[in-house]
Amino acid sequence: MPADMNEFYTLPETEQERLTQTGLDVSMENRCGSFFQMDQKILQTTCSAQGVEVLAIEDALEKYDWMADRYWNAVKRDKDKYTKFVAKQEHPKGVVVIAHKGTRAVFPVQACLYLSAEPVQTVHNIMIAEEGAELHVISGCASASGAKRGSHLGITEFYVGKNARLTSTMIHNWNPHISVYPRSAAIVEENGVFISNYVCMHPVARVQMNPEAILAENATARFSSIVIAHEGSHLDLGSRAVLQGKGSSAELVTRAITKGGTVISRGYIAGVTDETRGHIECRGLILTDGTIHAIPEIDGRVTGTELSHEAAVGKIARDEIEYLMSRGLSEEEATATIIRGFLDVKIEGLPPVLQKQIDAAIDASEAGY
Amino acid sequence: MLKIENLKVRIGDREVLHGIDLQINDGETHVLMGPNGSGKSTLLMTIMGFGNYQVTEGRILYNGKDITSMPIDERAKLGIGMLFQRPPTISGLKLGKLLSAVAGGKTGDIPGYARSMNMEGFLERDINKGFSGGEIKRSEVLQLMVQRPDFVMADEPESGVDLENISLMGNSIARLLQKDMHIVNRQKSGLIITHTGYILNYIEADFGHVMIDGMIRCHGNPREILNVIKEKGYKECLACQQI
Ligand SMILES: Nc1ncnc2c1ncn2[C@@H]1O[C@H](COP(=O)(O)OP(=O)(O)O)[C@@H](O)[C@H]1O
Ligand SMILES: [Mg+2]
Repeated sequence: MPADMNEFYTLPETEQERLTQTGLDVSMENRCGSFFQMDQKILQTTCSAQGVEVLAIEDALEKYDWMADRYWNAVKRDKDKYTKFVAKQEHPKGVVVIAHKGTRAVFPVQACLYLSAEPVQTVHNIMIAEEGAELHVISGCASASGAKRGSHLGITEFYVGKNARLTSTMIHNWNPHISVYPRSAAIVEENGVFISNYVCMHPVARVQMNPEAILAENATARFSSIVIAHEGSHLDLGSRAVLQGKGSSAELVTRAITKGGTVISRGYIAGVTDETRGHIECRGLILTDGTIHAIPEIDGRVTGTELSHEAAVGKIARDEIEYLMSRGLSEEEATATIIRGFLDVKIEGLPPVLQKQIDAAIDASEAGY
Repeated sequence: MLKIENLKVRIGDREVLHGIDLQINDGETHVLMGPNGSGKSTLLMTIMGFGNYQVTEGRILYNGKDITSMPIDERAKLGIGMLFQRPPTISGLKLGKLLSAVAGGKTGDIPGYARSMNMEGFLERDINKGFSGGEIKRSEVLQLMVQRPDFVMADEPESGVDLENISLMGNSIARLLQKDMHIVNRQKSGLIITHTGYILNYIEADFGHVMIDGMIRCHGNPREILNVIKEKGYKECLACQQI
């Protein structure tokens, strides 16, 4: 595979900026590895950390026999028409990241997926934190700002081993003509921790996804989504957790804003074993008439499970705006400050560089409230 | 500094203030007393300019300027500031971040002010979220320290504050009002609502007023008024009918 980032530098500066906003750090200063796929072309696979591998998926399947067991395992290939479409690609594209047993990577691996010209981009990723390993992945997905239409179909299978910790932060920066269908699932083994964050502040035609985590004994999952639906954007987002092992727990958190678009926020937690806990929290802010539709589902099957949900949708409280105005902030400043606070979800267990990246992605859109 | 003329205020369909007259000169501090529900907070909220409080008659002059229909932030910029009785909680907004926003370009000594109010541990907390009664009041004073208003309004600054912190509150508000300065040099003025009068132990107030049912019934020496109320209750003020 060619490992050549020169093509990145041939992109117009505005496009480089859009990619940077999704977390692409070309300097690699705060990254331990990098993968860059433009349309169906892999431009870069590199990794500097001991015990961590970043491989193009075709190479990974060739290199490790056992990879076949992780390929189309967490996500089923016949799940829907999108998975079927990706599965029939003769040459699968995407990245495999492996943090080998006991490896603790301090800096995240970045995976950058850029849709520049082709109508369809297919990606199949596999992220593995083996027993006792710690792996942080930041995936930035963006499209050329002028792209007139396009679809991004992205499969991601997460495998979190015993006592391992895997965080996945995905920042989207599409444009109003792109449709996006991520399909991902995580299998989390005993005492494993899986943290998934999703940020989408920019217009997009449609995003539809419903990632799932299956949790073994004492495993934990936390999904956080921070999204703005602009006019013309339809975001159908969900996350699911199955508390299969004793002592497992899950939390699904959503902050959604509509500026005329639609957000459907689905959450599903099944408590099927004792000593399990789950909580769904969805808060929506309607800035311009649009739709925020929260559908939290909690499905308890045994006496020893504790599941709860809270959802609230509304506008910014007038007394909050006026309170800040009485301190000298203009109405616009007060509004922006409150919205910024609303979107501020601090994610435990996330390295500071990633929390900063999330904060920066939100701040960058602040002018756009 | 502040002059209120025949102010009538409605909340929803109901008139709550029925013609208030009040004048507060430069350097003066006034206290406002009166039973619950008499309209004291309404008067302060109206001076600050809150939207729910609709002025139907009369006007508010600040340094000679009619501010009756001025937006809240412009009043704040003119130098009016308020310590709220029950400020809202704002999720995700850190107290420290708000203080920086209030300070604007000027980098005042925020950590120092926070320390002086025993609030260093609160700068990274969501504003008012889970704050106790006393913590809310200390956070309010801290915000005013950074805001530096010329006209300080305080709505029951002592309520909910424990004995240990009451002198801290009293002394801090006194500093906001430049009580350490000689009267001729003092420029800051205040209007303070109190039930208990504890605040008078820290702040020498120049005038007292009693509000009953949306009208100011009595003016005078604040301590004398307080003593009458303590002994005989507000009905004595009603009987007084000074106005
Ligand atoms: N937001 C509001 N909506 C309706 N009535 C209100 C509101 N705020 C205050 N009031 C009413 O106005 C009257 C005066 O209240 P307030 O000014 O808070 O009194 P005080 O501060 O003297 O205790 C009370 O009868 C109170 O119930
Ligand atoms: Mg009151």
